[in-house]
Amino acid sequence: MLDTARIYRKADITPVRHVGNLLDRIRKSSLNAFVSVNGPGALEQAELSGKAIEQGREDLLLGIPLAVKDNICTRGINTTCSSEILKDFVPTYDAHVVERLKARGAVIIGKTNLDEFAMGSTTNTSNIGPTKNPWDQTKTPGGSSGGSAAAVAAGLCSGALGSDTGGSVRQPASFCGITGLKPTYGTVSRYGLVAFASSLDQIGPMARSARDTAVLFDAVKGHDGRDSTSVPQEYDATSLDGIDLKGLRLGVPDIFFSEGLAHDVERSVRYAVSVFQELGAAIVPVDLPRIRYGVAVYYLIAPAEASSNLARYDGVRYGVRHGGEKDLFEMYCETRAKGFGREVKRRIMLGTYALSAGYYDAYYRKASQVRTLIIEDFRKAFEVCDIIAGPTVPVTAWGLNDMVDDPLSIYLLDIYTIPANLAGIPALSIPCGFGDNGMPIGLQLMAPAFMDHIILGAAITFQDHTKFHEVRP
Amino acid sequence: MRDYETVIGLEVHAQLLTNAKIFCSCSAAFGLNPNTNTCPVCLGMPGVLPVLNGKIVDFGIRLGLALGCTIEKRNVFARKNYFYPDLPKGYQITQYENPLCTDGRLDIEVNGATKRIGIRRIHMEEDAGKSVHDESEPYSSIDFNRAGVPLLEIVTEPDLSSTQEAVSYLRELRRILMYLDICDGSMEEGSLRCDANLSVKEKGSGRLGTRTELKNMNSFKNVQKALEYEVERQTRLIESGSAVEQETLLWNALLGKTQSMRSKEESHDYRYFPDPDLIPVIVDDAWVERIADTLPELPAAKRRRFIEQYGLPAYDADQLTQTRALADYFEQCVSLYGTPKEVSNWIMTEVIRVLNEKNRDITELPVTPPMLVELLGLLKKGTVSGLMAKEVFTEMADTGRNAPAIIKSSGLEQVSDEDALAVLIKDVMAAHPKETAQYRAGKTQLLGFFVGEVMKASKGKANPKVAGNMIKEMLET
Repeated sequence: MLDTARIYRKADITPVRHVGNLLDRIRKSSLNAFVSVNGPGALEQAELSGKAIEQGREDLLLGIPLAVKDNICTRGINTTCSSEILKDFVPTYDAHVVERLKARGAVIIGKTNLDEFAMGSTTNTSNIGPTKNPWDQTKTPGGSSGGSAAAVAAGLCSGALGSDTGGSVRQPASFCGITGLKPTYGTVSRYGLVAFASSLDQIGPMARSARDTAVLFDAVKGHDGRDSTSVPQEYDATSLDGIDLKGLRLGVPDIFFSEGLAHDVERSVRYAVSVFQELGAAIVPVDLPRIRYGVAVYYLIAPAEASSNLARYDGVRYGVRHGGEKDLFEMYCETRAKGFGREVKRRIMLGTYALSAGYYDAYYRKASQVRTLIIEDFRKAFEVCDIIAGPTVPVTAWGLNDMVDDPLSIYLLDIYTIPANLAGIPALSIPCGFGDNGMPIGLQLMAPAFMDHIILGAAITFQDHTKFHEVRP
Repeated sequence: MRDYETVIGLEVHAQLLTNAKIFCSCSAAFGLNPNTNTCPVCLGMPGVLPVLNGKIVDFGIRLGLALGCTIEKRNVFARKNYFYPDLPKGYQITQYENPLCTDGRLDIEVNGATKRIGIRRIHMEEDAGKSVHDESEPYSSIDFNRAGVPLLEIVTEPDLSSTQEAVSYLRELRRILMYLDICDGSMEEGSLRCDANLSVKEKGSGRLGTRTELKNMNSFKNVQKALEYEVERQTRLIESGSAVEQETLLWNALLGKTQSMRSKEESHDYRYFPDPDLIPVIVDDAWVERIADTLPELPAAKRRRFIEQYGLPAYDADQLTQTRALADYFEQCVSLYGTPKEVSNWIMTEVIRVLNEKNRDITELPVTPPMLVELLGLLKKGTVSGLMAKEVFTEMADTGRNAPAIIKSSGLEQVSDEDALAVLIKDVMAAHPKETAQYRAGKTQLLGFFVGEVMKASKGKANPKVAGNMIKEMLET
């Protein structure tokens, strides 16, 4: 992104040429990273931004080609959530983040693939089929923001927006060898993000480097009156020089290195920790005893909220409608039976059950209480450390067809990413090595709420001393 | 037949008079073309979010304070999940576990005695859209103008023990809502809606009977009829040894009966949970005090004051305090004219008559208090007769002209001029020699006859008092 901005100004290539080239590559790509491509719109914006650059405008985002996950609303461009039920839906409004990017003269090059309604870790549940990992097209790019991650890794765009409810930015970032940030809850407006689990969802930036990620983050963060959970405060721009790691207390919880962690992932993450140590960070042990309940808590709260959030797709006002010849009930049943895929239906049923009379206290309320305990664990841990480090995912990317009939095993692999969503704290994934199969491995950094700039700064410093993020598929 | 007791609890929905809807900036106005007051938020489009209009909390606190409620400090909105085409999001945003107001009361008058009705809770919520079913078409239409219009739901304890008490409660609550300027109180337009829970039990029994829920009673008359019907239906069932079924009933005003809408088994599981899109609303003491400072005098207090300060009968006090504007009108007249009872009589008869005839509100009446007082002054002075004053008032209400102008232009002024009257009286005496002789022979009760004839001859314009005295004088000399 920063590279592209420099090249534009050295007049090596114009935004129109660059965007035109990318559109060609996207069309020829076999990755299935995009649900739709914004060809004419992208070229039009590239033209405008190119002129602005000629006129000397400094903005780094001018003419920068960005991809947007297809659950983020774009005015006049289909926003499908990779679901049959919304396959023809065209919003009349832009998400807050899209407004921000457009105002800066960035180019929305296309909408990227995801697991249907962001429910999944592979993009396998997309109605247009899975995206492929650019490092090895027989492997998954991860998910749910797999289209965004693959597009960035393959160089089909300079950066992308994803959304992260339980790891959906970080896990695909890890699998595709890029950087992805899940910001502090409330930092980036959710206005225009199609809701999956409202108390966990957060839009996050994804790019090749932590620096680019920081630039994109600064562009989209900030208060928005249309989202009640958007925190009304001013944010300083993230320092692109990185931060001095001397004296930084890096917490490394044992629980992140327990059973189930692949040895190659452990090796790379331990190596990354040693890099931090060499750069002056102090490694401190921290305890997050209740993290182990994270997956269970998440798979009650997220489906519960989803069961309600997805009730609006009823075939009445927009989207696909099936049936209705017989009566209203039949229309609802047909529309939702045919419009939603299996994973979405599974989660709607789970969530409906968790909220039902007689089960609410045992499931939803209990899960909410445990969530509070997990927040408390982090609060205590951050008394003794500044950043918590660990693996992003216990394994590297698996085969496209692995575990397709075993959702539970996939759910359990969210173990490291889910806690940050439950606690609302910022977390990012940066490349820190390669597995025995040559697939990228991610290091996760977490910090207290509103310390997004600290983990981004630490990641920038780390990348200034390592080359993992520069390796291309 | 044994004795039975009725137990009623009411749930009233009051649409609030805010400019904007509860979670978006669309207008909350009633009666516009279908689906013109809508936006992505109130249509439940993907990705959009609700933002609370703080005015609704103000209004809720206002009502809560008026009803002596405890005001909740930490207000949480919840989602009530159910599917219906006019519910755009598939859930209604409402309050569940922490309603804005709890534990209040409303005193009602029943047969001259005061009864205290407990208010269990008042909570804020959004209205749904409106389904329009046209029997001649194979489809239904939906108007989303109403979707997201703010409501307060006011729930009583089951303290009402008769239809009469229920209606009385509803009238008083409506009056309070209107005094507070938070609801226009129109049951016909649906801005005030009432559901009831009703059961019947044997007198003195500690065990409540099985209750039914009644909906669709969209006027005071229908509330009364529906509740009466249901009391009778349940009593009959119990008398005949059958069981009352717990169900939701719709009042069918055309057939004059309640009809089953859904049974207990078919009732929804609303799966309430806190709405994660909205943050808790913290109502601190300062907020409550700010609202408390703006509370107007409430109907009950005003009634008491009218009785004490103006010496009015309870009936007058009740009539005059129907609305704040009418009460203000009365007080302005009294401050200019005095004699409260006389003013009260005029307002209760003539003013209210004209308002009802024209279906107008007192604020729309062109006759201002100074104008009415001027007319009363002319009446007192004898410039116009009582009958004429009523005519003059009607014309004032029609045209907005003042009393002297109307009297002058229409010649309604009374004839009190003695010379003019003397001519008339002489003519009448000349025309009725027999009666004149009889009167002079001692049949003085004929005075009324002569006054009547003089009035007739003057086309009603003679001042009867002055004319009477003159007739007496002229006949006796």
